Amino acid sequence: MIETVQDFFRTLAETHPKWNFIFFHDPSQWERVISGFYVTLQLSVVCVILSVVIGIIGAWAQGSPSRIIRWVVQGYIQFFRNTPPLIQLLFFYFALGQFTPTVTGPDGWTEQPIISNIGWAIISLSFFAGAFNVEIFRSGIEAVPNSTLEAAESLGFTRAQTYANVTFPLALRVSLPALNNNLINLVKTTTQAIAIAVPELLYEMVSIWNDYASAQNAAMTVLFFTYIALVGILAFGMNRWEARLHVPGFGKTS
Amino acid sequence: MTHPFSATTDLPVILQPTYRGPDALGYSRWLASMPVWTLPAMAVLVLLWPTIVQAQTVYSTEKIMGIMVKWLPLLLTKGFAMNVVISFFTMLVGTIAGLLLGIGRVSDNRYIRRLSWLVVQLFRNSPWLVLLFIVMLTLPFEIRIAGTYFAVPDWMKAVFGLSLPIMANIAEIVRGAIQSVPSAQWEAAESLAFTRRQILWQIILPQCFKRMIPPWMNWYAIMTMATPLVSLLGVTELVTLSRQAMEAEGNNPSLLVPFYGFALIIFFAYCYPIARLTMRLEKKFAVKG
Amino acid sequence: MDIMKGEVICIIGPSGSGKSTLIRCINALNDVQSGSITLEGYNVHDPRLNKLELRRKVGMVFQQYNLFPHKTALENVMMAPLKVLREPRAEVETRARALIRKVRLEGKEDAYPGELSGGQQQRVAIARSLAMNPNVMLFDEVTAALDPETVKEVLLTIKELAADGMTCILVTHEMGFAREVADHIYFTDKGVIVEHGAPETFFANASDPRTRKFLGQIL
Repeated sequence: MIETVQDFFRTLAETHPKWNFIFFHDPSQWERVISGFYVTLQLSVVCVILSVVIGIIGAWAQGSPSRIIRWVVQGYIQFFRNTPPLIQLLFFYFALGQFTPTVTGPDGWTEQPIISNIGWAIISLSFFAGAFNVEIFRSGIEAVPNSTLEAAESLGFTRAQTYANVTFPLALRVSLPALNNNLINLVKTTTQAIAIAVPELLYEMVSIWNDYASAQNAAMTVLFFTYIALVGILAFGMNRWEARLHVPGFGKTS
Repeated sequence: MTHPFSATTDLPVILQPTYRGPDALGYSRWLASMPVWTLPAMAVLVLLWPTIVQAQTVYSTEKIMGIMVKWLPLLLTKGFAMNVVISFFTMLVGTIAGLLLGIGRVSDNRYIRRLSWLVVQLFRNSPWLVLLFIVMLTLPFEIRIAGTYFAVPDWMKAVFGLSLPIMANIAEIVRGAIQSVPSAQWEAAESLAFTRRQILWQIILPQCFKRMIPPWMNWYAIMTMATPLVSLLGVTELVTLSRQAMEAEGNNPSLLVPFYGFALIIFFAYCYPIARLTMRLEKKFAVKG
Repeated sequence: MDIMKGEVICIIGPSGSGKSTLIRCINALNDVQSGSITLEGYNVHDPRLNKLELRRKVGMVFQQYNLFPHKTALENVMMAPLKVLREPRAEVETRARALIRKVRLEGKEDAYPGELSGGQQQRVAIARSLAMNPNVMLFDEVTAALDPETVKEVLLTIKELAADGMTCILVTHEMGFAREVADHIYFTDKGVIVEHGAPETFFANASDPRTRKFLGQIL
């Protein structure tokens, strides 16, 4: 089966020299694509989870009675929302990276920074998307009317119970469409990790077409549609989730 | 006491959320909400930075200042000016293409409608950087028009790469604006024997033109912030030049904050007034409808 | 103002006269600024009061129903006993279904609040409060937001509740209803109780001029 596919693309490359899908018939190139895809997936999943966690914590901290905490959160949002994620990445990796301590690598004599470039990409991208998520969750929480919370209170719910059973489920439903957009944007932004040489999908694809000029068209096509598919799957999943959480008479009627 | 709710439909179950999402004016609204002193504050911070970290650096404050002053004219005229040029042309190409695509989204031809939908989805949902890479590599470095060869400079290719997502997003703005005009307008014009094209260009679009300006400017600001991306493809602009300048000065880490800080400030200084204006216009048009 | 077990009390008065504040104080939703409220041994005015414990004994129904929009009618009724009292699910469900029957909403168990009319929602809200087995029920202008035709069904539910011997405190504008069900009527104006009495005497010969003026406007 695999043989047939490989043969097909090998023949295609011979008959159409501009369409050399090299990674479909050369196992070592295939491995590069897969490892790049895996890094992209890893970046996306970890950043999505971390940014949502940051968003929830940040939204909670914004309601804090302490003015200093609110200021810190506000400053964080302002900084990360207004600067290009590319410059954030460069800043994190180059400017902050030089201050982090190094450890001795597995070979016993090279010094490696504690946080790798993938680590910095995860930190930087999570904080970038997290800044938007804070705002999204905050506005979701604000959209829950006080009177509904009062009803829960009058039934004897504690504050934590009210938050878990009423505020959060309702705020989530309000936040989902905006969250959806932001997470899609995050997955698209993971490509910028190429700036600090994170070996993700774009990076691997670019190096493949630098190595094999004949693979350029093929690599670009596959690259383009892989990202469309990734974003599509995320959007589909989020929309399904939104539909499952939908309750009649709540939010938009259309 | 009057109650604005009827018992069955408009439940007071949820208040209007204040967040508008990245596709509305979220970005400009937020940027414009910052106080005017943010910019001077940022500038002061960057200027003071060498003094703050002086203990850890080998360069003195004066030396860093000297280096910055030396490079500043080049960074501005060859660097940031290029970002502005790229953003102008991107917006020009993106707007024209987006207008046509947006009209295609409401075409009465089913196939044009579906095709436009597909194009919009493809370019809205793919990473800008991937589009940039693809366009940079597929466009030829020169084109032949009437026997003579014209070189296509790198930045021109970058313009095409950036205008693809802008086109898709402008198309959505156009579609939304066209659909916001009551259908009675269409019927009234049809009854006066206007053709569909006449209705669109002479009646509908002039009406929603104002409505499109604020989101259009919002996208301009977002795209301008994204222009440093082209530095990854070797196009000369602010970030590319900053890096080269730092290399020329021996790649000292204490130069990172002044140089990147300068980049942040100049982008902020450029986008902030645009955001303020966007919000002013939005308010103005909202009142007049 | 003393209220006996099983009594039905109606509080009436012009808008902004402190009726709702009074009733919300009983449930500790508003703080008591001066004076004292004692309920079954709880000092409601005491700042050290265990509010959660008090609220388990006192049910409250609001003008705007305030159902949880993301839960079905049955889930709305079951939620508090499950989460607050931590009772076994099977037991709670039997009781919740019985309560929904009691407020005449059989068949609507799985409907979301958004699918119910205002009167139906209000009856679910009553069932939700009853599910906590309260000793006292507070009704804060529960019919003010309803269409005239659905007012009746809610009032009927309250009347049945009163007939069962539940202690009820109502803030209401429905004078006819107050006269019919109340054991005692209080009239408040500008934050103080002006006058009170049994319904027959209260409506027939109110002594205070403010009360007479108010009744004259309403009746």
